[in-house]
Amino acid sequence: MSPTHTAARLAMPPDPSDPGIAHPEPAAPQKAVIRNLDFFYDSFRALKNVNLPLHDKRVTAFIGPSGCGKSTLLRVLNRIYELYPGQRATGEVLVDGENILSPGLDLNLLRARIGMVFQRPTPFPMSIYDNIAFGIRLYQRLPHSELDDRVEAALRRAALWDEVKDKLRQSGLGLSGGQQQRLCIARAVAVQPEILLLDEPASALDPLSTQRIEELIAELKADYCIAIVTHNMQQAARSSDFTAFMYLGELIEFDETERIFTHPKQKHTEDYITGRFG
Amino acid sequence: MDLYTRRRIVNGVVMSLSVAATAFGLLWLVLVLWTLLENGIAAITPALFSQMTPPPGSAGGLLNAIFGSVVMTLIATLIGTPTGILAGTFLAEYSRRSRFGEVVRFINDILLSAPSIIVGLFVYELLVVHMGHFSAWAGAVALAIIVVPVVVRTTEDMLNLVPNALREAAAALGSPKWKVIVMVSYRAAIQGMVTGVMLAVARIAGETAPLLFTALNNQFWSTDLNAPMANLPVVIFQFAMSPYADWQVLAWGGALLITVTVLCLNIGARALASWSTFKQ
Repeated sequence: MSPTHTAARLAMPPDPSDPGIAHPEPAAPQKAVIRNLDFFYDSFRALKNVNLPLHDKRVTAFIGPSGCGKSTLLRVLNRIYELYPGQRATGEVLVDGENILSPGLDLNLLRARIGMVFQRPTPFPMSIYDNIAFGIRLYQRLPHSELDDRVEAALRRAALWDEVKDKLRQSGLGLSGGQQQRLCIARAVAVQPEILLLDEPASALDPLSTQRIEELIAELKADYCIAIVTHNMQQAARSSDFTAFMYLGELIEFDETERIFTHPKQKHTEDYITGRFG
Repeated sequence: MDLYTRRRIVNGVVMSLSVAATAFGLLWLVLVLWTLLENGIAAITPALFSQMTPPPGSAGGLLNAIFGSVVMTLIATLIGTPTGILAGTFLAEYSRRSRFGEVVRFINDILLSAPSIIVGLFVYELLVVHMGHFSAWAGAVALAIIVVPVVVRTTEDMLNLVPNALREAAAALGSPKWKVIVMVSYRAAIQGMVTGVMLAVARIAGETAPLLFTALNNQFWSTDLNAPMANLPVVIFQFAMSPYADWQVLAWGGALLITVTVLCLNIGARALASWSTFKQ
């Protein structure tokens, strides 16, 4: 958590008449607003009337037990669910005021604006360099030197450059799990998206790699609106500014992370974060 | 007898049976290869690659048959591979759960196991009858019909093995579907797909029945695709069944040649595929 952030929070007097949904800090404009979102796997309703904002340059964590719909929610935000027939979303997701669920929207352009990193590292079967350049080449024709710069910048951003700078032409599959995941983050960052969606990005990694990923998230926060799904409560507490607790497809509580973890309003939330869930 | 001892005995019995079955299978393979080598090695001479198939009683080689086999296999592969890969891609990437895909898959499986002599007769009816004569084109088409279902099947199977997470990751970068397929799915599946094509080539390299009704045979050197063309399988068939010793030797030589070529193609394809996937 950045010092300015904490200062801003401390400067804000506690508001006793606070109505459920927290008032976001003034310094963090809303990048995306989710309104009345429902999601269906065929006839199964996986999300039930979800409403919440995602703040720019802030990390929003989604926590909740397996099957609560947090990954589903993330998959709505770049409409990746549309790869599969039988899945559909209703409601509104406004990104900078534009409803990205509207039918006429170009999905490829949308996904170029909203990057995603998955639970398991998914390096493409090509060189480390090409893994990063793949996304850039989709929308830009750059001269070689400029492309080199972009690849380097992305790898530096993901704190991977020093480890791979001498083997950029080697297969991305030869990296360790933690390195592969950072490669995937670099790949997502390389196309300069506006929002980054991280779906349990550290759950398949060892503690040390997890720590690196968390440091990375803290750095990337300066430029991106980040949404992260996690099973790890400590991770949510450490690395997010806002936390949404979901259960059985419903958003139970959404607030600043500190408040969720210290003074949750809902008994349900408290039970979950203290491990008394059942 | 306690449960653990029993389990160990069962394990031992099944293990022995498995090893025996493997040895039984390998035994025949080794015997076939050995017989081929023993009888065929004598025929592997410069003349085999430089002279035409001879009349009985005189010296000769298999040049015209080798050329014909290479040409027809090549044309069949050129027709069958793109068709098979496109159809396999359609099945795996565009119609995994659709009714139409199910039907195509079912028909392809039937075609896959269709006896090759039926394919020969079909092309005979389709081309040879209408052209009025046997031709290399008809032979190549018959072989292509055998290539297609093999390539469709292996392409689809290999693409199905590519994890969806990889497709999602590429799509999540804003990649259009065709680029996901060409840049990611194909790359991930290339080794299996190449192996599939090689299997198909290996299969048609030795097919006799479809060529009997289509390309027939030719005793002389011919590069005319509109005329009957010599080819190794039919020559082997004809020479091996003949009473002439020198023809029989040539048949052994041809059989050895096909086997070695197929073996080399397979090894080469595997090496190529593994090299292109992990260029370290």
